[in-house]
This record gives sequence, structure tokens and C-alpha cells, in this order.
Amino acid sequence: MTAPARRLPPAAATTAPATLPPAGLPGLDPAWSRLVTAEDSGGVTRTWHLLDNAPALDDGAPVRGTILAVHGNPTWSYLWRRLLGPAADAGWRVVAVDQLDMGWSERTGVARTLPQRVRDLGNLTDALGLDGPVVTLGHDWGGVVSLGWAVDHPDQLAGVTLLNTAIHQPDDAAVPAPLRLALASGVLGRGTVTTPAFLETTLALGHPALGRDVKDAYRAPYRTADRRGGIGAFVADIPLGPTHPSHAELERIADGVSALGAAGVPALLQWGPRDPVFRDRYLHDLAHRLPGAQVHRHEGAGHLVAEDVDVVSPLLGWLDAFLPAPDAAGPSPTSGSPSNQPADSSERSPLWAQLQERRDDGSVALVEMTAGAGGGPRAVSWRLLSRRVEEIAAGLSRFGVQAGDRVSLLVPPSADLTAVLYACVRIGAVVVVADAGLGVGGMTRAVRGAQADVVVGALPGLAAARVLGWPGRRVSVTDLAPASAQALKVEASLADLAEDGRSVLAGGGALPPEPRPDAEAAVLFTSGSTGPAKGVVYTHAQLEAVVRTLGERYDVGPGTGLVAGFAPFALLGPALGARSVTPDMDVSAPRTLTARAVAAAAAEVDATVVFLSPAALANVVATQGQLTSDDREALDRVRLFLSAGAPVAPALLAGAQRLMPHASAHTPYGMTEGLLMTDVTLEQIEAEAPDSPAAGPGGVLVGEPVASVTVRISPLDDDGAATGEPADVRGVTGEVVVSAPHLKDHYDRLWLTDRAAVRDTAADAPAARGADERWHRTGDVGHLDHDDRLWVEGRLSHVIVTGDGVVTPVGPEQRVDALDGVRRSGVVGVGPRGTQQLVAVVEPEEHRPRVRRGPLARARLADADLASRVRAAVGLPVAAVLVVPTLPTDIRHNSKVDRAALAAWAEQVLAGGRLGAP
Amino acid sequence: MSARDTVLVTGASGFLGRAVVRDLQDAGYAVRTFQRRPSGVAGAEDVLGSVTDAGAVRGAVDGADAVVHLAAKVSLTGDPADFERINVAGTADLLDAARAAGASRFVHVSSPSVAHAGTSIVGDDAEPADPAHARGEYARTKALGERLALAADSGAMPLVVVRPHLVWGPGDTQLVERVVERARAGRLPLLGAGQALIDTTYVDNAASAIVAALERAPEVHGNAYVVTNGEPRAVAELLTGICEAAGVRPPAWSVPPAVARAAGGLVERVWAVRPGADEPPMTRFLAEQLSTAHWFDQRRTRADLRWTPSVTLDEGFARLAASYR
Repeated sequence: MTAPARRLPPAAATTAPATLPPAGLPGLDPAWSRLVTAEDSGGVTRTWHLLDNAPALDDGAPVRGTILAVHGNPTWSYLWRRLLGPAADAGWRVVAVDQLDMGWSERTGVARTLPQRVRDLGNLTDALGLDGPVVTLGHDWGGVVSLGWAVDHPDQLAGVTLLNTAIHQPDDAAVPAPLRLALASGVLGRGTVTTPAFLETTLALGHPALGRDVKDAYRAPYRTADRRGGIGAFVADIPLGPTHPSHAELERIADGVSALGAAGVPALLQWGPRDPVFRDRYLHDLAHRLPGAQVHRHEGAGHLVAEDVDVVSPLLGWLDAFLPAPDAAGPSPTSGSPSNQPADSSERSPLWAQLQERRDDGSVALVEMTAGAGGGPRAVSWRLLSRRVEEIAAGLSRFGVQAGDRVSLLVPPSADLTAVLYACVRIGAVVVVADAGLGVGGMTRAVRGAQADVVVGALPGLAAARVLGWPGRRVSVTDLAPASAQALKVEASLADLAEDGRSVLAGGGALPPEPRPDAEAAVLFTSGSTGPAKGVVYTHAQLEAVVRTLGERYDVGPGTGLVAGFAPFALLGPALGARSVTPDMDVSAPRTLTARAVAAAAAEVDATVVFLSPAALANVVATQGQLTSDDREALDRVRLFLSAGAPVAPALLAGAQRLMPHASAHTPYGMTEGLLMTDVTLEQIEAEAPDSPAAGPGGVLVGEPVASVTVRISPLDDDGAATGEPADVRGVTGEVVVSAPHLKDHYDRLWLTDRAAVRDTAADAPAARGADERWHRTGDVGHLDHDDRLWVEGRLSHVIVTGDGVVTPVGPEQRVDALDGVRRSGVVGVGPRGTQQLVAVVEPEEHRPRVRRGPLARARLADADLASRVRAAVGLPVAAVLVVPTLPTDIRHNSKVDRAALAAWAEQVLAGGRLGAP
Repeated sequence: MSARDTVLVTGASGFLGRAVVRDLQDAGYAVRTFQRRPSGVAGAEDVLGSVTDAGAVRGAVDGADAVVHLAAKVSLTGDPADFERINVAGTADLLDAARAAGASRFVHVSSPSVAHAGTSIVGDDAEPADPAHARGEYARTKALGERLALAADSGAMPLVVVRPHLVWGPGDTQLVERVVERARAGRLPLLGAGQALIDTTYVDNAASAIVAALERAPEVHGNAYVVTNGEPRAVAELLTGICEAAGVRPPAWSVPPAVARAAGGLVERVWAVRPGADEPPMTRFLAEQLSTAHWFDQRRTRADLRWTPSVTLDEGFARLAASYR
């Protein structure tokens, strides 16, 4: 490869002294700018421009340390302008340099390489006499330079923080297209130096778009070709192959970062996933090298993440948490959350314990309803399942899957899914389970975000992985024809893995050691019904606690026959020791499940426990007329019926109860972050009239906390925010805060989200009265009644704040739903928070086709009679009552009204906009 | 202020003015009125004259302890010079005269339209009066008048601006009578589905807010307050409520808002060359008013004036219906 400099136009060799930036750049305080001289790596004295907030630091207070901020290409220290003020207030000095040949620093005329830049920076910090702890902060190629400094200054280094960057380009991975283009010979010089194309392309990456004045500020030091030599030199210095002069230095830094990670240096990675160059795989690489790092992916942000979102508050919050001021109260957390405390570690029962214990048991472990001969049921014994799990486990190990690797499972509920899942957890691989109900977009965000190392899929999942470019090596559940396997880039089938594993075990090979209880076991992606999909991470101990809690609460264990029409329970069957079956259904369309299919499954395992998703319930109840007497007999034996995942209408629960007359009908309350928090029976629900005093401001009774769960309420303030200290208060509406051993560990790569959710866990937080208790903010609002039973009044984000006070939606909705002619309703607020007006939107019981066409046929104002009945039912001032044929419904749960969409629609309609469908 | 102090009320013969005079009398004040016609309110001292006559204004203010200024030219069309003389010059003369006469308080009654540029108002508080963007001569000249009034605020004569929004009630010749007459003539369309939220003010509430502003002036002077019932309703629901109270058929036909706006513009131009004619059936301003939301944040108004509306919308409709029986 030719020396990079030779590929740049003559303008790149222009020299010019450093200058101060012009006055008036938005957000930049001229008092921060300094010119500093230092010898460069070649021994030549150079002048740097840098931003330094030292003058703003309070003389009296001790300085906690220095944040050394290094911009990338083609930006300059302007990138860090929002950091300097707040950092000074927090006691942190910030030194944000303009790299040589960049920003307002000297134009040296030399095309600098990575080793030079790393030494240049070290010489500068020597000249500055930086003492005390240093936290590095870097973006783009400045991230690499800052890490080079970090690796070379271990004694001073207190932590490393990064925005989108990369320190390793796998030899086999494709170079991102935008870079390939920039590096093409003939393009490089023109694209970076002669014209401002590279600069303008980068400035166009803002989400949302950068303001004109901010773009101009970024352009200011790069107005002419002779100012842009550094931009070209930076691009030319990207080491794409081992022959490149900077390749060895990059490798040295990458190894050094891994060593920093092993040494436990605190790290914070903030990432904008919408970056065409620094894709998630680079984040994955960094997270692997820095395993203790806090990671936050700012959904929606891109390459210029520092412009797109606030990265300063998270950075300062992280500094407070991990590098606290010496006099700060409270112990410093060394990891994201306190260690989980299973009741007693000696009681530990690993997820695979039943499989191990019953490896010679010929009785039925699970039944597949359509896998047998002629499409009939097929029973899998404990012996077979146990052996299969061990074989796949050994095969996965041989395939290269190691403890901590992530395996994404895109497999419908089946014996295969169960086997591969238990094989993964046995060898310490982390299973990633994303619900198909997220939709393709949600699945893609989930799988990309989780960065699976391996994808195990059925054909549709593998095809999606191939077409959508999901990461990870691919394993097929079924044997594929070689051509298909090649086309889908599938390396092996499950059968191949099992066969490999069989030979390993036959040859005396052993499975890898069992994972520790605090190791990550699973990442579950939430429904997305309450925001963008979030990965929820469980450790082994926490999943074991889930199993224990379920087993104890519902007396499910060895010998129990379990119909699991709800994914988590289908998967946990073998851990519970239960004999489980998934009824024949299209998992992507739970609404198609029939009563006969449930009965057939129940008969197959002699079921006493049936679990169905709320979405499936309506059709099951609706099709009960088709049941034969044999079917009814099978359902007569059921003693416990469960439905959870979304609020279940009492009428629907009662319908299911008629189907299973001897069953006690329960609808537990929980969330992906804590699968079983409270429990209530149909009888208890029916005993409460909606206007009972216990209902208070209304809501859905979800019952009393199950054993080991503590529920507290964080009262809402006048602005509808849950700022109150979580307390054991009755009759007060607030955010529901829960604690249990079986809570999730943390959100995956959403450090900020996690911090907000567990903020009551910190040692000095008021809720954490018991040692090591972990708390989770559910985002639900509700209250405890005088029997300490929980009532849920809606989502915190759906709370309405009127001039007269805070209103929660579920109570008013229930009262409107009870009116004649109303099928269901949504109560939302329009206008600014604090002076919002209530609006009730009603879906009528019968949708009569209207003769009139046009917008009025779709949505309308309620007539006077309905409006006055709705107003009376709500009992609070209601500005408008609207009628729509169909309320917007959440994508996953067929029952939840999408209040956010409804509120946005009502807002524009009632402002005088078009009255189209919501 | 104390009872027996004299309050001058300009424009007291109007619909809102009469209600303000009654409230002031009920509170124990002596009331002097100033307008071209007798106020018709028992117990008030009527001084007859026009706010465009500076001499008459000085005479009316002489000896008054406080002023409530309601007199204004209110209509959808008309000669811009008339609006200027009454709403701007008249206000300036009255402010000068009140200051010279040593009045100790001043309440200037304005309109939310002074800050309305034709777009939706969704829960806003009182924005600054903006003559440059106000729609129509009335709003523009009221905005200029309000600016003059706020500039005249001082410790010696604390001044408060009150902007009641769409005042209505029995005997209202502006909103109610126009709606009812047009509905009776079958000339009242809904714009779109009539779903824009609009806040209105029942007349008794507007009057009590003005009296509250007079009493709170020393503490809250220099401010403008929008006053409403705080009960926004869809336009169609309001028009239906008024029509039903008056016993006429509510509007049943609808015009797209864009068409109404265009038609309003055309009609305005036609009416401009037909001096002396009746009110036009539609103006651009009216089309905007009836097809975009305008409702307001009432928290600051209620807290500062220590006032809440005493007559709800439903009670207002009932009283309106009673007045038609």
C-alpha cells in the first residue's frame, strides 16, 4: 500500500499556526479556549488549541480529576461544548483538545499516523502537567487515540468513556460502505481535502438534523482545502489491513484495552445505533474487551450521538456512581446492581437440575402436539430430553460457543427449542429470546442490539437473519439442503451439533463447568407494548428464583401436567419438573387457539394446570361449543387456570372458568422484568364492585404480593411524576415499585434506563431498608387498598395532569366501559401537562355501517345522550367525548388500548385537525 | 379600595358592562357609568358621552377612585379609522385622564384575540398582545390599546388587563344572538365536524373576574389575564347547546374549514364596499375562530386573582334556556 500522504493533494501539506476560534460560535464560551505548545512525536514544537474549563472550577473545592476529551474526524473540540460547564459544576476539569491538523490547532503539513497521534497527545498532557486521575473520553477515531493514551498511562487512568468508535476491524468483516467509498483511490483526496464532501457527509448525520449555526461552527476551521489536510490524513490512516503502517498500533491498543478491562478499569460506552460506519458490532467488540463497562445504546441516535442526545448527564451520573468524590456518602457500587441474593445459596437448584436428576426416567417430560407420526402428538421422555440437551450442549461447545456468548433463539415453541435452550444455559451461554410479536422492525432492533454470537433458527428466522443482516453465526433447527444452507449462511444444523456432541461425550469428553449463579443466563425482550423493545437480563440465580416462585405459588412440580399456552411457562416446564405441552397453535397468532386444541393438549399430559395468554383466551372461550364430552372430561380435571401478560377482563376469565369448572382461575400481575409479582383470583375480583371503597380512584385489582415480593408505592406529585419516597402506604396513588429475588438483573445495554428503573436500590435510597434489596420501578401506577392488595390504575406515562390535579386513566375507563352500548374506551389528556383537558374516546358495542362516507363516517363527536352519560360516569370534567369505530390497540396485546397513539390523535383532532381514524 | 369608593365603568350599557356594574354595586361600590346611551342600571350615576371625546372623558373620570374600561368598538368588519379612534385613541385618553384625576386602580378589559395569530391555542396562558399578527381590525386595535394600558401601569395607578374569552349569556347580542339568528335562518354551518375545542365565559364569571382583578390590582398589577369558564367544548357542542337553549334547530350541515376561510375572505371584500350593510355571514376571522382550538391555561388567572368561575357551562345553558321561555 502506498504511504497515505502521497495519496493526498498538495493542499494537505500546507502549514499554518494555531489560532483561537472566532467569537460567537453557539454554545462555546471563549474563556475556555487556550493555545498550548508541546513537542510532537517527532520532537517538533507544535501549538494546540484546546478547551479547558479550569478557570470555571471553584477554587475552594478539590478537583476530582480531569476528563481528557478527544474528538474524531472531521469534528473538533466543539463536539464537547456542552460538557465543560456542567463538568466544572460537578468538580471535574475538562481538557478537550483539537488534534494537530484539526480544528484550530496547528496545520503541520504532515499526514499523521495513529502511533504519532497517540504520542502527540501524551506529550501534550505532559506539557500540561496533568496530575491526578484522568478519565478519557473519545469519539470516532478520537476514541482510538484516547484509548491509546489510556493504555500508555495506566497509573493516571481512572476510567475510560467512549462514544461511537472502534478499535478492531475483524479481518473477515466487510468495511462499511461509506468508508470503502472514501478510501477508494482517486476519491480520497477529492472527498476529504479538495472538497468538503466528507465533512458535509458527517454533518448530515444528525438525528435530528443539526441546526445551521451548529453546522457552521463545525465547518469554521475547515473552510478551505488547505485547512482540511488533517481530514484526509485521518481517513488515509484507517488501517484496513495488516500491511497498513497503523495496523500494529491499533492491535497494540486493542490488546491494551482488553487488559484494562481485565484489570477492572471503570468504563462507560454510550452509543448511537443509527451510525452507518460504527455499527453495533464494534460496540459488541468493545463490550467484550471491557466486560465491566456500563453500556447505553441511545435508541434513535446516530454517529453524532453527542449532538443527537444528552450524553453529558449520563457521563456525569456515571462519574458520580463509579468515581465518587472522596467525601461523598455511601459506598461506591462496583457493578450495576447489588449482587442478587438467593434465599440461601446452598438451596440452589440449577435450571437443568430436574433434567440431570431424571436422566434415566422414561416417563413423559413434554409432548409435541403435531410432531408425531401422521401429525399426531409425540411424547418426549425425560431420558431422551436429558440426553438431547447434553448432546447439544457438547455440540455447541465444540462449535465454539463459550460461557457468556449470546445465542439468539428464533425457534417456535417445540422440543427443539426446549432442548437448545437448556443446552445453552447448561454451558453458560446466554439465550436471547425475542418475541415474534415485536414485528420485524422490533425483532431487528432487538437482535442487533443484543448482538448475538450465534443464531439458532427455524427457516423463517434464518431467512430474516440473512435478509436483514442480523449478526451471528447461524445454526438451523432442521437439516437444510446444502444450497439453502449456503444461501442462508447456515454453518450447521441442530442435528449436526447433537451428533458432534454425541461423539465428544462418547469419547469421554465432558461438558464445560456449570455457570455460576450470578452469571447471565438470558436476555428476554419485552413486548414493546410499553415503549421500545428492551432486553431484560436475568442471571441464573434469578431465573432459578422465578422457577421456585412459580412452583411454590401454584404447587407445580414433578408430576404436574401443565398446558403452557404462554411462552415463558412452556420453557420453564422442565425446570419445574412438570410434564408440559404446548397446545397446537400458530404462535404468531394466539387468537387462533381453539378450545378443542386446549382440551387435546390437556388430555395428552393429564393436565391439572392450564396457562393461556390473554390474547388467546377470547377465541378459546368463543369456540367452547365445539368441545366433545372427552374434551370436557379432560378440562374437568384442571384444578388451576392462569392467564397473565395483560389485564384480563373478568368476563373473559369467567368464560374460561366455565370451560374448566373445577379450576381456580387466577390472573397474576407481573412484567418481563419480574414475571410474578401479585396474584388474584376471579372470585376476589368479582367480590369487588367497581365503586367499592378499596377501588379508590379506580383501577384493576391485581391482588396481593406473592411470597418474597414486596410492593411499595412512590406517590405522584402535583405534576404527575413519581417523586414520592416509595412507602408502604394505603389509598395513595403512585408508581408501583417492587422487590423480589426473582427480579431481572438489569436492562441490556440500556444503562440509563436501568438506573432509572432501579433507582430505589441504591444503598442510601429510602426504599432500600433491607440490606441488598433490589427494587424495580414498574412504570405502572396504582394504589394499595386496606388489605394491602394492589390496584393498577394505568401506566405512569399515561397519567393526565389537569388544572385540578392528577387523573389516572383506568378507573374512568372502567366506568365508561360499563355503560350500555360501549365496548371499550380510552381516557386521555390533551393540551399542556398541568392544564390538560380530559377526553374520552369510545368504541361502540356495535359498529353499524354508516351510509355516509368520508371522515365523518370514521370518527365523530358523541351525540348529546352518550356524551352526558360518559361525563356522568367519569365524574370529572370531560372536554370532549369522541366515538371511533376501533380504538388503536397495542401491537402485542389484543386488549390494551394504545393510549399514547390515542392521545396524539385526540390532540390534533380537537385542535381543529382532520377527524380521521385514530 | 373600600366600599363607597367610586368606580367609573365605561361601556356600561353593553352586555358585559351591565353585569360588571351590578357586581360592583353588590360589592358596595358607588358606580358611575360612561357611554353614549343610558346604562339602564338602577342606582348607577350615568355620564353620557363618547370615549372619542377627550373632554367628556376627563369629566367622567373626575372624582373616580378607580376605572373599569370596557368601552370598545366590537364587530367583525368596519372602518379601520373607527376602530383606531375608539379602541386606541379612546383608551389613551382615558388612561391619561385617569392618571391626571388620581384614580388609584385601573382594570382594562381586553380580548384573547390580541395575541391570536390564527393558529390553534391549546392550553396557552396569556401571551403578549401582538398587533402585528392579530387578525382583523378589532383584534389589532385592541392589541394596541392593551399595550398602551400596560405601559400606563404604575405604583400610583396599578393596572390589570383582563381578557375574557367569548362572553355569553342571556341578553347577549354578540355571540348568542348571532348564533341563534343564523341557525333560525338556516345560515349556520359547522366548520368541519365542529370538533375544535373552544373555551367560553359565562357572563357572570367574566364580571366577577373583572371585580376580582380590581380588588387584587395592588398585588398583581402590570399583568394580563385570560378569563374563561375553564370548560373547553367542541364548537359543535357549544353551538348545539346555545341553539337548544334558544329553542332553534342546531346546525346540521357542514363546510370544510378551508372552504369557509376562503369564502370568508371573499365575503369580507364584498362587505367592505357595502357600507352600512348588516353583519357579513362569514369572515376569515370567524372561520378561523370556529375551526381552530382556542382554550387556555387558567391556573395563573385563578391563583393570582383568587377567583374561580361560579357558573358552570351546564348551569349557564340552563339560565340561557330560562331566559328564552
